[in-house]
Amino acid sequence: MLRVVGKLLIPFMLLFALYVQFHGDFGPGGGFQAGVIAAAAIIFYGLIFGLPAARRVAPDAVVEAMVALGVLIYAGVGVAGILLGGNYLDYFVLDRDPVAGQHRGIFWVEIGVAVTVSGVMLKVFYMFAGRGRAEPGE
Amino acid sequence: MMAVTVLAIVLQRNLFSVVVLGGVYSFLMATVLVALDAVDVAMTEASVGAGISTVLLLGALYLCGGEEAKPLQRPWLPLVVSVLIVAALVYGTFGLPAFSDPQAPIHVHVVPRYLHQALEETGVPNVVTAVLASYRGYDTLGETTVVFTAGIGVIALLRRLRRRKADA
Repeated sequence: MLRVVGKLLIPFMLLFALYVQFHGDFGPGGGFQAGVIAAAAIIFYGLIFGLPAARRVAPDAVVEAMVALGVLIYAGVGVAGILLGGNYLDYFVLDRDPVAGQHRGIFWVEIGVAVTVSGVMLKVFYMFAGRGRAEPGE
Repeated sequence: MMAVTVLAIVLQRNLFSVVVLGGVYSFLMATVLVALDAVDVAMTEASVGAGISTVLLLGALYLCGGEEAKPLQRPWLPLVVSVLIVAALVYGTFGLPAFSDPQAPIHVHVVPRYLHQALEETGVPNVVTAVLASYRGYDTLGETTVVFTAGIGVIALLRRLRRRKADA
């Protein structure tokens, strides 16, 4: 029963995470909340179907890469601002229209936040849940 | 209701109920934040405070057992120190401007610009997002780095412990 409900709910949780991510400009939400919701969906999956199943969906290597990738995306937006002739983290140079540039900068920055947050949350969950049992291959 | 929850957390000896009551407290806090019109913060509080951290604390309980150890001596000194600190903080709040006073210093500095020009300058209707990602971009970058560092720290700590156990 739990598995059926879980399978039904998890796609909607991921969809809601994406909605919170990309609708954050207009309603409440943003990268941090979206990252947490996406991580919660995977953790939910891990609780119902077991940790190895969750590890197959989001392998450790991917999660660890996400932790660093998010910060790199955020800092990369800043560097892109320098390369295009502005100051660090200046967004209005990212597009010919300054307002569109702002929009683009905020978009990428929020993606960076979401990637790092969900990576860290998932990794911490894996670490806690994986302790006290034998880990194959580590 | 929140005060009742806190009292229950303090008096409870079973750590499982403490964790669940902590989740209840987070949801009450999120309700308060919605009432204060801080929907973004309320969302974070509900998902992180009541969701993820409850799951993580339950995972920790699974590893280390669910009964609080009896304290060895009566902790009078910490009680006195915390009461003194609370008194100092309450005394400090008397110096703050009244709640929602429009002449308070924070409302006459940059807030009018953020509230009135954020839409034209960034094209983002949600002011919280505009301030967070654009005006205060450096702060948010630092915040993301803090989350990153915390994750790296957990990885480093737990990895080493596991390897040491394998050696023994």
